[in-house]
Formats: sequence, structure tokens, C-alpha cells
Amino acid sequence: MASIEMKNIVKQYGDGFPAVNDVSLDIADGEFMILVGPSGCGKSTLLRMIVGLEDNTSGDMVIGGKRVNDLAPRDRNLSMVFQNYALYPHMTVFENIAFPLRLSKTPDDEVRRRVTEASDVLELKEHLDRKPANLSGGQRQRVAMGRAIVRQAEAFLFDEPLSNLDAKLRGQMRTEISRLQRRLGITTVYVTHDQTEAMTLGDRVCVLRKGKIQQVASPRELYEQPVNLFVAGFIGSPPMNFLPATPKGTGLETPFGMVELDERRAAKVKGHDLVLVGIRPEYFEDASLVDEARRPLGSTFKARVDVTEWLGDSQFAYIPYEAPEAVTAQLRELSRELDSEELRTQAIVSIDSTSRIREGREAEFWLDTRKVHVFDPQSGENLTRDAEAGAELTRLATQDRVEQVEESKARQGGATSVGAA
Amino acid sequence: MSRREKAWWIVGGILIVLYALSPIAWIISLSLKGSSDIANQSFLPTKAVWDNYTQIFTGTASDLFLPALRNSFGICLIATGISCLLSMFAAYAIARLDFRGKRLILSAALGVAIFPVISIVTPLFNLWRQIGLYDTWPGLIIPYLSLTLPISIWTMSAFFREIPWEMEQAAQVDGATTWQAFRRVIVPLAAPGVFTTAIIAFFIAWNDFAYGISLTSTSASRPVPAALGLFSGASQFQDPTGATAAAAVIVTIPVVLLVLLFQRRIVAGLTNGAVKG
Repeated sequence: MASIEMKNIVKQYGDGFPAVNDVSLDIADGEFMILVGPSGCGKSTLLRMIVGLEDNTSGDMVIGGKRVNDLAPRDRNLSMVFQNYALYPHMTVFENIAFPLRLSKTPDDEVRRRVTEASDVLELKEHLDRKPANLSGGQRQRVAMGRAIVRQAEAFLFDEPLSNLDAKLRGQMRTEISRLQRRLGITTVYVTHDQTEAMTLGDRVCVLRKGKIQQVASPRELYEQPVNLFVAGFIGSPPMNFLPATPKGTGLETPFGMVELDERRAAKVKGHDLVLVGIRPEYFEDASLVDEARRPLGSTFKARVDVTEWLGDSQFAYIPYEAPEAVTAQLRELSRELDSEELRTQAIVSIDSTSRIREGREAEFWLDTRKVHVFDPQSGENLTRDAEAGAELTRLATQDRVEQVEESKARQGGATSVGAA
Repeated sequence: MSRREKAWWIVGGILIVLYALSPIAWIISLSLKGSSDIANQSFLPTKAVWDNYTQIFTGTASDLFLPALRNSFGICLIATGISCLLSMFAAYAIARLDFRGKRLILSAALGVAIFPVISIVTPLFNLWRQIGLYDTWPGLIIPYLSLTLPISIWTMSAFFREIPWEMEQAAQVDGATTWQAFRRVIVPLAAPGVFTTAIIAFFIAWNDFAYGISLTSTSASRPVPAALGLFSGASQFQDPTGATAAAAVIVTIPVVLLVLLFQRRIVAGLTNGAVKG
């Protein structure tokens, strides 16, 4: 096990395009780090630079305190799970898992013992004699993981490992990876574009955009205290709503009426004439279902509902609104960058599933104003970010992780376990 | 496809197969005709006899045929082996590595492949005599390599390109050197390609006549196609047609056997399951 440090890493391709641009990132020993971002943000390139399949143009890659810039992949002792698994089709499952051990000339009985242990962990025991072609997608995925955990690697690297599985299996494997990582307590870097995976798996999440780090923080901090429009729009599903607003007194005038701000936030917004208010769908509610005690904490407004989606446990309503031309272009640009096609300016609102709000009718909504953020539309910067509160969230997450790693180490002290370094 | 359409396809298929096989059937029938029977004006022999076969294996033509058979096998197998090995490395480099002159190598290979053999036979004949390669096995193996290598490199690099890059990268991450990744992952995956290439190369060498007749003079290295041309009849008034036909049948057998033997290996599908399915 080892920590991974990246110092000012740059990857420039032949045409001068910087796929990764000045990335500095410290990944602690035993930490589960997620690299996330829309396609083309450089996350896979960064991962491949860690493992050594790509050279870095400049900067230093330090693994376990050792500079590895010039080391070949095989000398870095990392294990990787590829997006398409890259199993060796001419070998049985057993030989696939044993391959790294065979290369290191491990004695036969040791190979058998370690492969058996790995296959026990991944429940592959009855498939050891089969060829990858005869396995299901989930089983192939597990074989690829088996090949990764069978040797004592410094770290695990995952390159979108679940993107080829169907939704149900993806959920199961996600839990499985999380459990495995906690159990082995091994440093893990995981690339994904799926933010559910990012939020559920990561101790910390690194959000990349066009080769640059936007924010590195615990999932909670990313969600509650995003640094800019990009992170705010990327994290969360359905995404955060961005409404154009103009400061007025201690509040903001939005298409959905006045939003009152507390002193701290009002002070920060002062001096801007046009801003974007970021409101997560769940900050809204059907006004008729809000109890009297909570009502004063927010504001109410009336709007016509375009479409509602009832999902059983939750319900979404779409409310169109008018926005000035300048902001519309800005928002469209942002949504394109986030790999989505937002064609109209509409707010997505999460309401209680028992709400009887109907499509095409006017309805009254309540908006919780306590947690809204205000963004500068030009720079995209979050004007109302509370850095301290954010740092506290990440500190708590780190504390949790350290405790879990120690627990797993204590557990492994007695029993022998696969891949424990 | 409707039933009627299907029937037509089957009939058409049978016709084409018959058309393609008719020369072989004719050669077989000829080889079974006795010397007086050759001009009998009918497809089948009046009476099937083994005279021609005994003639080439134990009779007068055996001095010419048996050493030629040995030469052909030896020379073609060696040429195929070398060309497979060399083209494997060359094709791997072409498919995987980025280097200057890659396109040049491919187009030069193509150029060599379409260059008419007959135009270099004469200079080669002179050169070989000067340096002592005339009428030796290496004297044929080297020109055969020039015939088989270009096509081998082309087919093999097509196969290597099919193998997903990740396969090799996974091996490298697992701790393999470039050579280990090549030998333990790439080569087994390319096996169908290697077999296909080997068979094509073997056929090309096996079928050569121009080099065989020009660069040899004795049974020390004369291959079968050249030897067939030198058969003579029992007397100078008799054509050696029967013996030639029998020998032709014999040299066709290894080719047919090869294809039947490796048919299953040639059929690809080995890479199924390597990546997501």
C-alpha cells in the first residue's frame, strides 16, 4: 500500500493539446479517490499516467515516496481494472487471475493458494476452469478484479469498470467494490463519469474539467459547497437549477419571486447586477405539503407546471421560466459541457410523491432558501461558498476513513487475507 | 429468404462447386488411365489402373519424382517457418509501434509482391552461380522468402490490429515485459492469423515453378513443379501425360490435408470474450 502524489502533472499530446493541465493531487494511503468529469476531461489519461501507460510531459508522479516518472508499468507494482476488462481469452479464469503471479515466478502451490483465496472473495470458485468467453458480464468483471487483488499491489486503479454492465448489476458491483476496498484497505483511484459511483464510493472526489482540477473534496462537500457552476451542475441528479437573479435589498429577485439571503451571503452578492442562483431540486416542495414550522424558512411562489414525473418514491415537476439572452447562452454552454442537452430554460423540482400537483396547472411551491448558492455568471465562481463548512465536511469524511482503515488492519492482523500488503 | 430463393442458391452453389472441381476430377481420371487409354475420348478411363502411380513411385520416373518431393517439402517448410517468424515481428511492429517509414515498409512489401518473378530470375541465376547458391536448398529458400514475406506481413499485421490494445497493456500492468506480453498474450491470440499466414505462405512456395526450374539443375534441390515438367514417356513417341497427372494428384494431397487439418484453427472467434460481449 502506498500514497500517490501528483505534482504539477501535465500531459500534452503531439498537437500541443493539454489533455491534463497542471494537476496536483495527493492521494493518501488507503484512500478511495474518484476522478470524475464529463468525457474528454482527462480523467482516464491521468489514471493511465499513474499506472505508466502514458508518459507525463512534465511534473512528478510519486508513488509510495518514490518518483516513478521513468518506471515502466511493470515496475510500478500497481494493478488495474480496464473498462473492457481486458481478460486473456485463451486462458482459463484460473490462469487469468494467476497471470501476474506467474510473471513474478511465484511457486505453484503459492499461486494455487492465492488464486483460490481471491476467487473465494469474488465468488468465482465454480468458474475457475472456464474461459472468459463463457462468462457473463458481471463474472468477467469479477475475474478482472481477481487479477487485480491477487498480488500485493501498491494501489488499485479502476478505469470506468462498471460502464459495460447493466444498471442492476452495476449497483451490485458498486457495493462489492466498496466492500472490497474497505476490507483490503488499499489505496484506490477510480475513474468514472457516473456521479452515483463518484458519490457512493469515494472518500474524496476530484472533479476535472478540460484537464484541470476544479475541486477535490468529500462527496458531501462537493454537494453542499461546490466551488463553481461546473461542479455544482455536475454533482447531483437531477442537476442543480440555475436561475437568473438580480440582487435587491437583502435578497434576490428571481423568476420565482424574491429569495431572501442571510447577512453573510447578502454581503457577498453585493455589487453584482446579474447573478445565477443555484437551487437543488429537493430545496423545493409543494407548498401545500410544507408544515407551518418550516414555512417561514423559505419563500413561496406560484408557477405553471409543464410536466410531472411520478416515480413512486419521488416526484419531479418541470417549471419553465423566462431568462435573459445572456444567461441562456451561458447555461446552454454549461449544459453542453456537462454532456447533457438542456434545450429549454426550466427548473426541475422535486416534490413529495403524494403531491397532487397536476400538469399544465398553476401551483404553489415552497422554496427552502437556506442552502441556495449564488454564482457569478461570468467566472462561474460560487460567491456564497462557505469554505470552512466545506472543509469540516471533508475532515469528517477523512476521519471516518482513517477509522475504517485501522479497523480493517486490526482485522487482518489475525487472519491472512488476499492482497493484504 | 423464401424457399424458392433458397433452392436456387443451393443449385447455383452446386454448379459452381462442380465447375471448380472439374479439373481436379479430370486430373484424377487421367492419372488412372493406362498409356493406351489416354486418348480414349471419354472422361472416365476404360479400365482404372495404378500404372502411373507405380511409375512415379517405383518405376522409371521415381528417380525424378521422389527426390523432388523431398526437396519441395523441405524447402517449402523451411521457407514458411522463416517467413512466419519474420513477418510476425514485422507485423507486430507495424501494427503496434509508431516509427518513421512504416508506410514505406508496407508499400515496399506490396511492391515486392507484385513484382514479376520472371524479370528477376535471370539476374538471380547469374548471381547464384557466382556465389555458389545455384542448385542448393538455400538458393530456393531465399527467393521463396521474397514471395511469401510481403503477403505474410500484410495478413499478419491485419490480424495483430484486431487484437485489442488493452490486452497488452493489461499484461504490462500485470508485470510483463514487452517480450513476455508479446509471447504470452499476443502470439496465442494471433494464432489463427499465424496459421492462416503459414498456409498461404506454404501454398505460394509449393506452387512456384519459375524459380524451381531456373535455379536448379539436379535432384539435389529440384522441387516437384519443376520435376513434373521434366517427365518423359516410356519412349520418345509417348507423352508422359499419365505420370504427370499422377504426380499432380500426389502434390495436391498435402495442400488439401493442410487445409482440412487447420480449418478449425483458421476459423477465428478465439478473441470472443476478451472484451465486453
